[in-house]
Amino acid sequence: MIMRTTNAVGIVGYGAYIPMNRLRASEINRVWGGSGTPIEEKSVVSMDEDAVTISVESARYAVKRAGIDPREIGAVYVGTESKPYAVKPCGTIVAEAIGATPSTTAADYEFACKAGTEAFQTCIGLVSSGMMRYAMAIGADTAQGRPADALEYTAACGGAAFIFGRESEETLADLEGSYSYVTDTPDFWRRGREMYPRHGSRFTGEPAYFSHVIGAAKGLMGEMGAEAGDFTYAVFHQPNTKFPIKAAKTLGFGMDALKPGLIVPYIGNTYAGSTPLGLAATLDVAQPGDRILAVSYGSGAGSDAFSFVVKEAIGRARNPEPPVSAFIGRKQYIDYSLYSKLRGKIVK
Amino acid sequence: MRRVAVAGIGLTQVSEHWEDALKDLFAQAALKAIDDAGMREIDALYVSNMGAAPLQGQLQLGAMMADTIGMRGVAAVRVEAASASGGVAFHEGVKAVASGMCDAVLVGGVEKMSDGLPEELSSAIAMSEDQEYTAYTGVTVVGLSALLHRLYMERYGATAKEVAMFAVRGHENAVGCPHAQYPFRVSVDRVLASPMEADPTHTLECSGVGDGAAAVILVPADGIETGVEVASTAVATDSYYLEGRKDLLEFDAARKASERALNAAGVSHSEVDVLEVHDDTTITGVLSLESLGFVERGMGASYVAGGNTTRGGELPTNTFGGLKARGDPLGATGLYQICEVVMQLRREAGPCQVEGAEVGMAQSLGGVGSTCAVSVLRRA
Amino acid sequence: MSVPRYWRERRYRYRLIGETCSDCGALVFPRRAVCPRCGSRSLEEQQLSEMGSVVTWTVIRSPPKEYGQFTPYVVALVELDDGVRVLSQLVDVDLEAVEAGMRVEAAFRRVKEDGDSGIIEYGFKFRPIIE
Repeated sequence: MIMRTTNAVGIVGYGAYIPMNRLRASEINRVWGGSGTPIEEKSVVSMDEDAVTISVESARYAVKRAGIDPREIGAVYVGTESKPYAVKPCGTIVAEAIGATPSTTAADYEFACKAGTEAFQTCIGLVSSGMMRYAMAIGADTAQGRPADALEYTAACGGAAFIFGRESEETLADLEGSYSYVTDTPDFWRRGREMYPRHGSRFTGEPAYFSHVIGAAKGLMGEMGAEAGDFTYAVFHQPNTKFPIKAAKTLGFGMDALKPGLIVPYIGNTYAGSTPLGLAATLDVAQPGDRILAVSYGSGAGSDAFSFVVKEAIGRARNPEPPVSAFIGRKQYIDYSLYSKLRGKIVK
Repeated sequence: MRRVAVAGIGLTQVSEHWEDALKDLFAQAALKAIDDAGMREIDALYVSNMGAAPLQGQLQLGAMMADTIGMRGVAAVRVEAASASGGVAFHEGVKAVASGMCDAVLVGGVEKMSDGLPEELSSAIAMSEDQEYTAYTGVTVVGLSALLHRLYMERYGATAKEVAMFAVRGHENAVGCPHAQYPFRVSVDRVLASPMEADPTHTLECSGVGDGAAAVILVPADGIETGVEVASTAVATDSYYLEGRKDLLEFDAARKASERALNAAGVSHSEVDVLEVHDDTTITGVLSLESLGFVERGMGASYVAGGNTTRGGELPTNTFGGLKARGDPLGATGLYQICEVVMQLRREAGPCQVEGAEVGMAQSLGGVGSTCAVSVLRRA
Repeated sequence: MSVPRYWRERRYRYRLIGETCSDCGALVFPRRAVCPRCGSRSLEEQQLSEMGSVVTWTVIRSPPKEYGQFTPYVVALVELDDGVRVLSQLVDVDLEAVEAGMRVEAAFRRVKEDGDSGIIEYGFKFRPIIE
């Protein structure tokens, strides 16, 4: 069922962060003898970065873009599958770092790559209900790729934060409705003590990614009575370049609608950061009146679909905070051995 | 206040003394000093040490060393001011005698740096700095002085070679010194070719890892013919953080301590015949010369490079090799300097003798100048 | 690392919070009990500027314990735009590219950790401004 709020809710601010190291697909091929290039290159954290630091950076930019007093943020949720602590929330560290403490709620969400948008849904509810003025949801990851596995080419690092508030002149884009499509589908998982996830290879396609993404998108669009042509932009979860393009095509979207948010070729799949970053990149260029469809996907499995309409206030989002393209352009290449050290695959 | 004299000195070679523990080394130096002074009884013991807590897990060094040298019962305490511990302990010992409270004081410094692994030692040395804001950045003490090294070259146009010459001059002076850790010449090319320790400071511009102990006996000057009198001592501090310094390239603590000590001693800069400065790195040696008031600001590196600080030069400095070549066992270093000035004034410096030395000054620094102890001694 | 020791400094380290003297307006970091400029005891918390310029820097190649995994790294004296100076690591920059006067901004990073089972310590470092 479509989820509509009793009181209108919008995005007050957003922020992104992508680490600067890049590992080319060709480097992985050089070491493991493969020849695939599902993307060109992926982002890799430095030794002193993790899902928490990425979340804090994203959150800080979001607060600045929103121009709000962080003490009015009532919730800080971090969606990630690369928590530095198995027990101890990233959310509290972020809340402290942005000055939202102590009067706030905080927690971490896990739903693979849709953990961030899962938190969107909660924030929307909290704000719409009047429980708090602002709520922040972050999707951030430093996901590990198993050496020589197909996912090693794409498992990347990055994140984005979104602050929700009641619809007003302040909001950059307002929510028309959302839809969550969830089933118990074990396409990709990681047991507690394992360093790397496992996945069902081709099973991750039709029964997993496509069934849920299309399910959520059609669910939302159907109940809104909308078609692809009613949207200016579409952002899909981007595990690689092919899947979002195929999903877009299935739903009737052209490449123009996809382009601003399709950043996976340059930075890889940032897991819980993927759809949030794609949405951020789209908002960076969107104009008032544009309608944006954003559909995440998280293994396990589920999709969250959102429809946003951009407002006049989007103009102030172009102020000093850097756009996603600035993070994509800020890069230095590393080789496989430095990548192995940075990702803890070799230790002193 | 009574006048104070140095009645005896004793020191060990600076080296990696694998077989000796802290108390063994301390005893060697202390007993030599006691024998040199020809004394049996002391009233008080000041032990100077920086790293025994992190490296040996050892506290209460005062009571420990008193017991080791058969002096249990006397007043005893450890004095710690990071690498200025020696100079500050000497200052405390002088006060005890000058005030009339004590008639015979042993001040002995001891350090065993070789007990720690390199990174443990680095962390231990960095304990001189604020653990929460300075050490937290991962900076080392050599790193802090390296910030000044870069700034110095930029501001005054001094070359890396000129600054590196401080180490070269130290090594020249150490030749023939029986207690030096590195009593041999080192060329400036070799110094500059050594790996970077913390850019732009090379490894061979930094004092090494050594163990050692040095001790002095202090007594009232009246009624004793000892040959060496303590003219004055002074201790001063500066901002604990480089960030808080008024001028990064001045050791304000050294300036203050030097002024106080020279005034109290009634001695001018030009009357100082022998100078021992704290060169844990070449740049701190250079900045010390300038901050103590001996050389104009910005001219220190070229002054040393130009040969003015050799034993035959205008201002004989680090006459047994200084921290670089004689060695720098942290908490003991300040006492090595005092012993060396005493040897010069007694005309017992052997191949390291500066002809006709009448007045000597020793300077000890804690951290990168947060504490400075200056002592002036004269031939009695 | 003592948990209480880490915990009590977290706000200052996470957010670059220093003090300002109510009497002479001096900015102070790290915190003091007494204003180093005028001797006043009226010091209040103050958010410091998050942007600044490099005054001087070094590269640490022989690290202390717990920093070995990051070696070599840059430590710089940074003068913030509000005039106060801080000591900090510089990250996301080539060792050869650091220059006096370089414009930098505060970043939030891992500093060290207490082995595999102890707490992770975070704090500020500076990086070239992302624009």
